Amino acid sequence: MAEAKLAEAPATEAGIEVLSVKDLQAWYGESHILHGINFSVKAGEVVTLLGRNGAGKTTTLKSVMGIIGKRTGSIRFDNQEIIRTTSDRIARMGIAFCPEERGIFSSLDVRENLLLPPVVRAGGLSLDQIFTLFPNLKERLSSQGTKLSGGEQQMLAIARILRTGARFLMLDEPTEGLAPVIIQQIGHTIARLKSEGFTILLVEQNFRFASTVADRYYIVEHGKVIDGFANSELSANMDKLHTYLGV
Amino acid sequence: MQALYAQLLVGLINGSFYALLSLGLAVIFGMLNIINFAHGALYMMGAFVAYFLLNLGGINYWWALLIAPVIVGIFGMILERTMLQWLAGLDHLYGLLLTFGLALIIQGVFQNYFGSSGLPYSIPDVLKGGMNLGFMYLPIYRAWVVIFSLIVCIGTWYLIERTRLGAYLRAATENPTLVRAFGINVPRMITLTYGLGVGLAALAGVLSAPINQVRPLMGENVIIVVFAVVVIGGMGSIMGSIITGFALGVIEGLTKYFYPEASNTVVFVLMVLVLLVKPTGLTGRAA
Repeated sequence: MAEAKLAEAPATEAGIEVLSVKDLQAWYGESHILHGINFSVKAGEVVTLLGRNGAGKTTTLKSVMGIIGKRTGSIRFDNQEIIRTTSDRIARMGIAFCPEERGIFSSLDVRENLLLPPVVRAGGLSLDQIFTLFPNLKERLSSQGTKLSGGEQQMLAIARILRTGARFLMLDEPTEGLAPVIIQQIGHTIARLKSEGFTILLVEQNFRFASTVADRYYIVEHGKVIDGFANSELSANMDKLHTYLGV
Repeated sequence: MQALYAQLLVGLINGSFYALLSLGLAVIFGMLNIINFAHGALYMMGAFVAYFLLNLGGINYWWALLIAPVIVGIFGMILERTMLQWLAGLDHLYGLLLTFGLALIIQGVFQNYFGSSGLPYSIPDVLKGGMNLGFMYLPIYRAWVVIFSLIVCIGTWYLIERTRLGAYLRAATENPTLVRAFGINVPRMITLTYGLGVGLAALAGVLSAPINQVRPLMGENVIIVVFAVVVIGGMGSIMGSIITGFALGVIEGLTKYFYPEASNTVVFVLMVLVLLVKPTGLTGRAA
């Protein structure tokens, strides 16, 4: 099927490292959560962080986004150090975040939710393109944001960051609690975005879902990255993976 | 009957001030999570700025309606940047104590220079006089205050509930961290919101100057009632604080007619009743 191209902005040349995290440590108040995270993401890749609950995957995303109070080490994005940058400026550099709890605003209707994140650079998806990807949203534009079903809320949470022109997306457990048919739709969307040159950092508990979209994996345990491998090495690493994830 | 209408009008006037003041408090509480005890002092400053503009600069009432809220708003934003911002994330009590202290200092300074008696501020010429409506005499300035306050309240409601800027404000009230992670400078928004809230208080101060004179303690008296209004209406609800403001002014006025002895306490009796039945206020959402 010939699909119209979604994004017009040129992607960073594929293969160039866009995100590089070195010895990242992070704290929630007094508790030390990340103890030295190291990983990198190249332009055009879908990279998935795997690990058990509480391993530090979400905290890693939040640290990259700049919304963890205390963090040390190094996070380089597009060759700029952002470990001390505030989250609003990180967003303006072209990183967009879709949080695990989805973060749909109840005091805003669907249209307002969709239009909330400001456009940070040219080339984001138009509303028409978004409605092509997620037709459900178009019919619910004047509903209260939190009146949508879980699947629709997840689509809204992804849709609104596609408008901004950001080319680096961080999705935190986009399939959590959703019906298989919706998970499939989100999988198609991620594959589509990847084919258009978006770079995606994914956190997933659903390993089977991750294996359908990811290029590479990192295993996070006790606040550290303990292993990493490419999707092509997946079958060779299955035993290890079962041990890591305890599944 | 004349007396009843007169009290109703007084009630509507007071209601206008309650609405403007509680609206500002609601906006500030929603965004900053601070119960702004300095609100009464900033209302008083609005009246004083109008007084200074007229007597030192020869700048009339109409300009004062615009300039005083801006000056007091800027003063408020300086307070927010230098002090209030450091209280973000702490218990309500800290903000309450800090703003209470600020109110005492501001009022003390004005009292030191101007005593406790009122300074006159005359009604602008075009709003002088009144109309005989047949059933009552309507002073034009009072009618103006009610209508203008209503317009400002509805305008503020529209700004917050119906515009893009308002959507940022509502979203940041719910989840400031995420809104900031979308690329919006939330700390700057918080400063501007505080400026907007205290600007509304200053506007009420200018409106009240020709009616109540300009007094250093004018805010102290009104703010206690306004807090009761906010508690009854529900902290953080925009339309709730507007409607409750006007309604309680009218209820107070009616009480003055039917049972004058209770007119100063009726608001607080209502507050107790509402708190017993619905602790989040009539339109309030659970915190």
